[in-house]
Amino acid sequence: MLQFAAIILLMLGLYGLLTQRNVIKIIISLNILEIGLNLFIISVGYFEGGLAPIFTSETPANPNFVDPLPQALVLTAIVIGVGTTALGLALARKIYQKYGTLNLDEMGEN
Amino acid sequence: MKNFLALLAALGLGVLIILSLQNNTLFNEYGEDVTGRDSEEYGDREYGEENPASGPANIVTSIVADFRSFDTLGEITVLFVSSLGVALLLGGTKQKRLDLGFHPNFMLRIGSKALFGIILMTGVYVTIHGHLTPGGGFPGGAMIASSMLLLYLADDTFRAKIKGFKILESVAGSLYVLIGIAGLFFADYFLENFLNNGVVGDLLSAGIIPLIYVLIGLKVGSEISGVIDNFLTEEVV
Amino acid sequence: MLDNIEVLQVLEIVIAVFMVVLAFLAINSKSLIKAVMFLSALSMLSVIGFVVMQAPDVAVTEAVIGSGLVTSLFVFTLLATKKVGVK
Repeated sequence: MLQFAAIILLMLGLYGLLTQRNVIKIIISLNILEIGLNLFIISVGYFEGGLAPIFTSETPANPNFVDPLPQALVLTAIVIGVGTTALGLALARKIYQKYGTLNLDEMGEN
Repeated sequence: MKNFLALLAALGLGVLIILSLQNNTLFNEYGEDVTGRDSEEYGDREYGEENPASGPANIVTSIVADFRSFDTLGEITVLFVSSLGVALLLGGTKQKRLDLGFHPNFMLRIGSKALFGIILMTGVYVTIHGHLTPGGGFPGGAMIASSMLLLYLADDTFRAKIKGFKILESVAGSLYVLIGIAGLFFADYFLENFLNNGVVGDLLSAGIIPLIYVLIGLKVGSEISGVIDNFLTEEVV
Repeated sequence: MLDNIEVLQVLEIVIAVFMVVLAFLAINSKSLIKAVMFLSALSMLSVIGFVVMQAPDVAVTEAVIGSGLVTSLFVFTLLATKKVGVK
């Protein structure tokens, strides 16, 4: 069920990325796209009745773990996401200092 | 018109993804279980087993810091480059704190210092137990950075000693590479585990993986603290 | 009474609907600070989604980074861009 929500989030993120004219709104759309993509990648490895991939003292003999590889990929993707968001926001602050606006349409006028 | 084209592109993306899904799973030729996938070998051990092929009780950690450790080295390099870019764009020679329009009172300043210790210790705990419980270097480092954020928010004149963070970050990154080169000498290849794996589930187990995760935690924490400092200062004109 | 699997399925549907609504609001709201807050709430709901899909490592990371640090960076940028050179 959640992978369909993730696909809709991907579509909404792409739509926002193409239509918004405000720099902050573009970065927000990029974040929504990223959350949708992360949920989708995790849902690829999930199946009903699977266990979280951690050995504890109560783990049964032949454990039925969900796929741990997508989780490792998403773990690093989230941290890269905060790096790209910080860089984009720093660029947005520089753009505001130079043009006095955050809107892409009003930038060429002065 | 432009919005309509964007809507069309988004709908096309959704239709393509749904067409590539067969029976609601992307890779259904493998079946639902991990049997037959590459991931099957990653979890090949038992709780309490002595000296297994890969030590951590948390399989995600064993992928991030053991099987795909070279990926992680590249990934923290990406984070380093992005924090360098933020420092290049927002940093300057003369800086002052950004005025948040809010002056914290005495109780808030003192209370936040007590809370700072608790958040910092939580981050350190999560980092050190990364190979046993959920968490690890990345969220632990982010928790250390958010304790610095609390200090910045609760005191409007506070500036962390950013030079110390830079030294800590460089030392952690260099030690990561040095541990990798040590794997080249003591074992066969770069970043190979050359210590004893111990018993699965013990704190002192899994060889070099806790060391690497602590280094990743320090590096991520100092990098994100630097980014927060850059965002909360502005150049004096 | 509902058993565990059915509770999880109902929870998944509720989370999915709320996430789509919050993403729509975050993209279409006029106020920037409201959009940032909707993004933070969306990120927090995705944490519940990760826990439901048995990924606790990812859930911890997303809870700290996605809804804590990224939101604070957005708010600081909005505070910094409100004062300099107001038209």
